[in-house]
This record gives sequence, structure tokens and C-alpha cells, in this order.
Amino acid sequence: MEQTTYNFKEVMSKPERLAPGHRMCAGCGGTITVRTVLRALEEGDRAVIGNATGCLEVSSFMYPYTAYEDSYIHNAFENAGATLSGVETAYNVLKKKGKIKDNFKFITFGGDGGTYDIGFQSLSGAMERGHDMVYVCYDNGAYMNTGTQRSSATPQYADTTTTPAGKVSAGKVQVRKDLAAIIAEHHVPYVGQSTFTSNFKDLYTKAQKAIYTPGPAFLNVMSPCPRGWGYEPSEMMSICKMAVETCYWPLYEVIDGKWILNYEPKNKMPIEEFLKPQRRFRHLFKKENEALIGKFQEEIDKRWEELKNKCN
Amino acid sequence: MAVRERLSGNEAVAYAIKQINPDVMPAFPITPSTEIPQYVANYIANGEIDTEFIHVESEHSAMSATIGASAAGARALTATSSCGMALMWEELYIAASDRLPIVLALVNRALTGPININADHSDSMGARDTGWIQIYAESNQEVYDNFIQAFPIAEDKSVHLPVMICQDGFITSHGVENILLVEDDKVKEFVGEYEPEHYLLNPAEKMAVGPYAVSNYYMETKRGQRQAMLNAKQVILEVAAKFEEMTGRRYGFFEEYQMEDAEYAVVIIGSAAGTCKAAIDEIRNTTGKKVGLIKIRVFRPFPEEELAKALSKVKAAAIMDRSEMFAATSGPLGAEVRAAMYQAHCEAEVVNYFYGLGGRDITVSDFMTVYDNLETMAKTHVVTGMYDYIGLRSGQSEEVMPPKNMEV
Repeated sequence: MEQTTYNFKEVMSKPERLAPGHRMCAGCGGTITVRTVLRALEEGDRAVIGNATGCLEVSSFMYPYTAYEDSYIHNAFENAGATLSGVETAYNVLKKKGKIKDNFKFITFGGDGGTYDIGFQSLSGAMERGHDMVYVCYDNGAYMNTGTQRSSATPQYADTTTTPAGKVSAGKVQVRKDLAAIIAEHHVPYVGQSTFTSNFKDLYTKAQKAIYTPGPAFLNVMSPCPRGWGYEPSEMMSICKMAVETCYWPLYEVIDGKWILNYEPKNKMPIEEFLKPQRRFRHLFKKENEALIGKFQEEIDKRWEELKNKCN
Repeated sequence: MAVRERLSGNEAVAYAIKQINPDVMPAFPITPSTEIPQYVANYIANGEIDTEFIHVESEHSAMSATIGASAAGARALTATSSCGMALMWEELYIAASDRLPIVLALVNRALTGPININADHSDSMGARDTGWIQIYAESNQEVYDNFIQAFPIAEDKSVHLPVMICQDGFITSHGVENILLVEDDKVKEFVGEYEPEHYLLNPAEKMAVGPYAVSNYYMETKRGQRQAMLNAKQVILEVAAKFEEMTGRRYGFFEEYQMEDAEYAVVIIGSAAGTCKAAIDEIRNTTGKKVGLIKIRVFRPFPEEELAKALSKVKAAAIMDRSEMFAATSGPLGAEVRAAMYQAHCEAEVVNYFYGLGGRDITVSDFMTVYDNLETMAKTHVVTGMYDYIGLRSGQSEEVMPPKNMEV
């Protein structure tokens, strides 16, 4: 199923499975994640798309309009994993009974709030049980739908509405949870971490693998949010590039327990390159906060070394 | 020929599930309903049914997965009790507003605070506003019979609502009784093959479930659910009539026991009705006093008019609640029955009693006291208070509550 060569033009000309006319923001990374992942479906294959409550859900399925070309189910905030478990199990039964002949794939989307935090248990259960489904986290590092509140995916020092930078606060105190690694520890057959680089080749091919690997798969996709991060829509691609070049967001896969680093920058860029264009880190560039950037860099370096060790 | 057996209420429900052979059952263990998924898992392990079990990691996920399976086009069900249902709360509303014909085997148990595993209706009564049909049972036979009627009610095109089949924790769930089982082929025919019209995996169409509906649409959704609930009244009676044809056992919205000439009536839900019947027999045999009972089977949709009619000639009625709702006037059944009687201009004196909370026993002599009280109220036209407790260890509630730290 997996394409050996990646032809950007060809991939982009595949029919859209998320129709235009939805209400997501200009410059939203979440929508790009959805479109890229759904493009990885073979054209003859049908899918049921799941969705945790969040920006994506309220903007793409506002009664009486749906933006999805496939069957779609939104249930609640914390249960996208369990809901799709039910759908996938129903498919297996109905297929066994001869009531359904078509091939269906099961893909669910959740933001980081619905995935790292409130939906964590439901996701963990679904992964452990081994349902043949893909859970895609479009990680924008905060509860964006409710107005940029801090989640366990929010990077340290980020200015959010519940961890505001102030006279005695430098933003979020804690470091990010490493969800892709946690899901890998569920011993599922496929985990991938990606974002928007190299003409979407990385995300597209990981989505293909996730969808067409039998059993549970998890994709963690850094999907920038212009409102929460504070950047101009035109800057999104360069922010994604810098996330990878600084090793803030490494591209890797875990296939049947084997850790694979997909990209290693020749010259690892300093973290400032990722932080600078974003309003949520603006306070770090004040004179009195200089040391914090150093601490941010230390955390990046530590995790990068850990990851490289896992991948060796 | 019907099959004679001796089964607990949980076994009876599990046996009905086996006969129905549903598609998907997600479930999570909790006392006292745990046995139901255990029996089903055994049927699956021995190849006796085709059902797929989903070993979910919580009751919230149990109902979430049941919703997913049902929306996908499968006949889906789950079982739970008490806090398990409390954890499902959000999902109960979603199941109903998505109009999914899910069945839930509920074994009624007190909600925690303090933790208690015994019979109490606080779980299902708290869920009375979620949009589910609620059907209650006095005996193991009734819970079995109700369960077989559940899917035909839920799946009726004019209803399309989830149904909760309730029984009293331990009293019927674990108590073993003689029971008449319907033959497998008859159950199969009665329940029928599930053929949903709209579903996620429909080869002929695509479907989207669970929209964001702004104020332009939300209210109509609720009105639609109300209509389905109204339609359900007729369907419940039709399904009961078909069931009677098959088994000879008759069901309605409620059972009337010695109500033809009753002057004093008790209105109650669940297994305690059996104890009340024993009291009625004794009172009528020894004193000839005209005492009767109405045992509610269907609480949602609430049979308001029918109930008011059945109570229209009594002089006094005691409405008995097995759950607290801390309202100024009464418990949940008390509130509904009082409203029905008020609307119908019934003239009976009415009192509301709380009994059996957290599994506290209620005895024949308790019911005899209730009927004595009703007689006094009818004569004096004095009802002291809107509600009272039966069997409370102390009349002065401050002596039993609030709980103090344990002394060592």
C-alpha cells in the first residue's frame, strides 16, 4: 500500500475528503493535518472518521452541515478512543455476519487536550485492546477551542490564558508530556510523530503506514494554532521547519517496538529560532528571562539525546 | 413449551442476552451487575453467541463504545450499576439525543457517599432526565421478560430511544427464583433481526453523528426526543401485547394489585412491591380494609394520565421512593405522582415515604404501618409533612448524621 516514491503534485491532486466550507481559522494547522492524513486513504477505501470535541469538531460538523466526505462520528471530549473502538468492533461483527462488504478504515482526530489529558484513559484503553484504528492527535499545545488554556502538551514557559506570563510568572511551569513515547510503551504496531515539513512527505507517508498497518496506530502531529501561538498564517511552515531543525519536535517512528529517527538536522538550530516568531514565548526574550531560554534549550538537548539513544 | 428454571436476576438477564445474540457488548465490572458481563463472556468463550465483547477501561468508555457500535449499525448493549452509571452520565444524554436504540441492563444500587453496594434507586432516578426509557421489575421473571421486550421498543422507528431495564441490586440480581424462560426460537422471532435505516457503515449512504447544534436547532432536538418518548407509550403497550400473546404474561405501564375497590393505595417501584402485596393480603384477610398497590413498571415515559385515573378513587395514597433527591416536597416518584394527581384534580391525601435507601430492609409490618397511617390521614385530613422516612434507625436524624470520625 505504501508508496515508495512521493510525488507531491500527485498526492495533492487526490480528492479532498475534508470539504472546503468548514469554519476553521485561516492558518490553522489542525485542518492541514486532517486533510493530509485523509489523503493517505486509498481512493476505493471507505472510512469512518471519529473526532473528540474541540475546534475541529465544532467547526467541521455544525448542524445541519458536515465537511466530511466520509461517515463521521463525534461523541464527546474524552472518549474518541472508546467511541471508535465501538465502531470498529461493530464493523468486525457485521463483516463476519456478511452484512457489510466494503472495506472500512477507522481514523479519529483529537486535539492535545482531548488526547493527552481528558481523553488519555480512553485512548490508552483503545490502544491496549488492539483495535484496528488510527488515533491522530493534532497537537497545538493547549486547549484552543476554549481559548488557549494550558494542557499537559503545552511547552514549558508558554504564555496561556491559565498560565499567563506576569510580573511573577514566566508562563507554564512544567515541561511537556511525551505522549508518543507513552503510546509506544503500549506496544502497538505503529507510532509516528510528525509535522508539516518536506512537502508533507513525512506526514503523508506516516499516515499511510498508520492507516494500513493492521492494529492500533497513533500519530502525534504538531499542528500550529495562529491564535494560541500568535503568528501570522504565512509563518506556519517556517515555524514547523524550525520545530524540527531545533529538535523541539523530532520526527520519528516506532514500528513494532523499533525506534527510528526519520530526520537528524546537520546543524541543530538554537531553540530561539523556534520560539522567536511566537507571541506565546515573547516574554522569554525580556532581559530578566534570558536564563529561561537556556533551561528550555537544556530540556530539548536532554530529550534529543534520549531519543537518539532509543533510535540506536 | 416454556422452560422452567431457577435463575438469579443477573443470570436471567444474561440468558436473555444469549437468546437475543446481540452484536456488541462493551462492559466494565461493578457490583452488583458484574455477573451479567461475566455470563456473556462465558457464552462467548464457549462459542454459544456471536457477540463481540469490548473490555473497556471504564463505564464512561463502556457507554461511549456502545454508542459507537450502535451508530455504526450494530445491536449494542451494556450493563452497569450505581457509580458506573454515574460515570456514564454524560454519555446517557448523548445516546438519547443521537437516538440510538441501545439497551442498558441496570442493576440498581445506591450511589456512593458513603459507599454502599445495595439496592437503591438513586442511580436510575438521577438519570431520569437523560432521555432514556426506564422499565423496572419486581421479580426475576419480570426483569427477564422486560429485557426481551427492550430491543423491540428501542428499535421501533417511531421511538428510536435507548432503554434501561432496571432491577434491584442483590434482591433480584442475586436472589434465585423460579422462572419461566421463553424458547430460543420464539425469542429470536420476537426480537427479530436488527435492520437499521441510517448508520455509519451503511453501504448505500454516508452519515454524520453527533453534531454541534447551536440555539437555532438544539430546542427542536429536545422536542423531537419528547415526541419519541410520547410515541414510546403506544409502542410499549404494543410490544407488551405481543409478549402476552407469546407467553400469557401481561405487562403495562404499571401493575394494579387489589386496586378495584381500594381506598388506601401504595405506589412503589421494584422488588419491595412483593413485600407490600404480602401486607395487603394480610390486611384484607384479617380486617377487610380496602388496601391496594400500584407498582410502577414504566417510569419513562411516565404514565401520568393512566396513573391519575388509577388513583382517582382512593382516599389516601403513599408514594414510596427508594432514592433521595433532597427536594423540599418529595422524592422523584413522589414528585411525579403528585403532579399527575394534582393535574387530574384527585382529592386523595398524599404522603411521600423514603424507604430502603442503601438496601435497608422494608418489612410487611412496615407496610401495615403505612396503611394505618393512610387511614388516619384520610379520616383526619391531616398530613404531617410532605414526606417521611420508614425504618430510619432514629427519628431524630441528627443522631445518625452527619458521620463523625470513627473513634478508635
